[in-house]
Amino acid sequence: MKRFLSALAATAMVGAAAAVPAKAESLKIGFMATLSGPPAVLGQHMRDGFLLGVEEAGGKLGGLETEVIVVDDELKPDAALTKVQGLLERDQVDMMAGVVFSNVMMAVYKPVIESETIFIGANAGPSPIAGRGCSPYFFSTSWQNDQNHEVMGRYAGQQGYERVIVMAPNYQAGKDAIAGFKRHYTGEIVDEIYTKLGQLDFSAELARIADAQPDAIFTFMPGGMGVNLVKQYDQAGLKGAIPFLSSFTVDETTLPATKTTAEGLFGGAQWAPNLENPANAKFVRDFVGKYGYAPSLYAAQGYDAARLIDGALTMTDGNKSADALLPALKSAPFESVRGDFSFNTNQFPIQDFYLVQAVKQSGDTYVTQAVEKVFDDKGDAYAGSCRMN
Amino acid sequence: MSATLLAVQTLNGLQLGVLLFLIAAGLTLVFGVMDFINLAHGVQYMLGAYLAVAAYQTTGSFWSALLLALVLSLFFGLVLEFFVFRHLYDRDHLDQVLATFGVILFLNEAVKVVWGAAPLSLPIPELLGGSIQLMENLRYPVYRIALIASGLGVAVLLYVLVTRTRIGMLVRAGATNPDIVAALGVNIRRLFMIVFGFGTMLAGFAGIMAAPILSVEPGMGDNLLILAFVVIVIGGIGSIRGAFLAALLIGLVDTLGRSLTTDVARMLLPPAAANDVGPAIASMLIYILMAGVLFFRPSGLFPAGRS
Repeated sequence: MKRFLSALAATAMVGAAAAVPAKAESLKIGFMATLSGPPAVLGQHMRDGFLLGVEEAGGKLGGLETEVIVVDDELKPDAALTKVQGLLERDQVDMMAGVVFSNVMMAVYKPVIESETIFIGANAGPSPIAGRGCSPYFFSTSWQNDQNHEVMGRYAGQQGYERVIVMAPNYQAGKDAIAGFKRHYTGEIVDEIYTKLGQLDFSAELARIADAQPDAIFTFMPGGMGVNLVKQYDQAGLKGAIPFLSSFTVDETTLPATKTTAEGLFGGAQWAPNLENPANAKFVRDFVGKYGYAPSLYAAQGYDAARLIDGALTMTDGNKSADALLPALKSAPFESVRGDFSFNTNQFPIQDFYLVQAVKQSGDTYVTQAVEKVFDDKGDAYAGSCRMN
Repeated sequence: MSATLLAVQTLNGLQLGVLLFLIAAGLTLVFGVMDFINLAHGVQYMLGAYLAVAAYQTTGSFWSALLLALVLSLFFGLVLEFFVFRHLYDRDHLDQVLATFGVILFLNEAVKVVWGAAPLSLPIPELLGGSIQLMENLRYPVYRIALIASGLGVAVLLYVLVTRTRIGMLVRAGATNPDIVAALGVNIRRLFMIVFGFGTMLAGFAGIMAAPILSVEPGMGDNLLILAFVVIVIGGIGSIRGAFLAALLIGLVDTLGRSLTTDVARMLLPPAAANDVGPAIASMLIYILMAGVLFFRPSGLFPAGRS
């Protein structure tokens, strides 16, 4: 009897799945980003990229009328958790997407995954999620946190820099950044400088760097800290003297403030506006046209998240049940703006990473430019410890 | 550490101290004279920086931006005084903290709505664009020297104003006993408004001067506000002289602490532990200093003598 019932249920489900495209179904996506406080600009880029992706699908991802509920996590894990529960229970969203910061991600990851809701991460990629805590419901359209730092470590080695000073804010992400840099760097780390989170003036650190005369420095200084550091690095006359390698420091969210002081500085990234593929050319053109500012890697990741959902839903003919959608998502059926893109076993991307450099585009606009491919088809260091169940 | 590096770090410490003094001077005046806790002082500093950027975008000259932003800072300060702060003078400190905290939230969001969340910047004026070679590889921007000079200028100006003029006398009297001053026929409300306006302008001036070396972004004043409170508490609330010396002290302790603690820790501990312990101690130093000062001098180094 039981077997008969489940067979019946299965038949009913197949029937339902076939019936789906006929009905005017809708799709509800909860999009979480940090939209208040100093780092709001990252969330703004990511959100604008995502919404552009939805708009380009005519407001219908995979043919489903799409409603995006944007919520601000305020960079507070507890507030984020409350809001995610609201999205899951009250709004009954079909999917979650976004999330800028790792501490917010760690707070909301469990409840989303445990409710068996598909979750497309568009920025934060902390190691527990990429490794032991991975889930078939979570996909990332960004990177694992260590990777952009690894790019710089590898590049420093390739350049033959033997003495490097590393500098990062004194918190978990800063320490992870330096660990990531060291993973592929073969030379000597002369000094590790940990600064206060939110530090404004770096003159003491810059004097220390000038005194040690390293072959290069590597730094991870997100947001306003990076703006201050870059300006002061230039004003102290270090820019021409000691190569500046960075991650999440020199990009289109900070270049409007650093402008010419950042020109020529290096960063590591999986995307830059000059990557040559049709999807990227269209993305950059449309983004600037719609929002009037240059997109950053955060915008590109948000855009790819929307395009991934669109591609997967098109593949399933609008069937949004997990059984159909998970394998569809896993096959990454879309043209990423970064070019090569496929999902690793932990459902983080396998992708190329580049050395990018800040350049003047025209007039007063500065953008990043990929100058050299550092890693080809690279997965992250944690995929091995991910066991999907 | 070489003697040259130590000298450079001392200079850096003085410069941070001067920047802190510019912010703390207005705060200590308002707190000391009016017994009014103005948490919004930090956002007034931010507003000064934003106004300077906006004025620079219209006029294209740093100097007219400086002037325009100063005037506008004063104007916005007085508007805030008229609509919000004036109604709080007679309330207790908790009400003042709550209301001015509300002003912080409001203004931080307001600048984001008007100017966007992305950091902005103000270029260094050409006149001060040069730099001096300090060490091999390291140059010291002339602008930072100008910043130190302007801070010292403000200190001298305030000293003369407070100790040598009639209004300064009233300010000192008001800091000691406002009721008696009012009873003697001085319009204490107007005195408060002048002091408040002046404090606002000082905050705005600090913001304008900091804009070329720091990033102009929402919330940029919040971290500095905490430091400014540490300065005025150590210096003695209401005392300009105290604020000046405490600001220099904090600047030196913080800068030298940042550059020395890790080195010292490395002599005593294995490198990995030293990298954890050094920065942690460095960021605590000024608070340890504050606790120490308060232990021996509960009303700060130079108490203004409010009864």
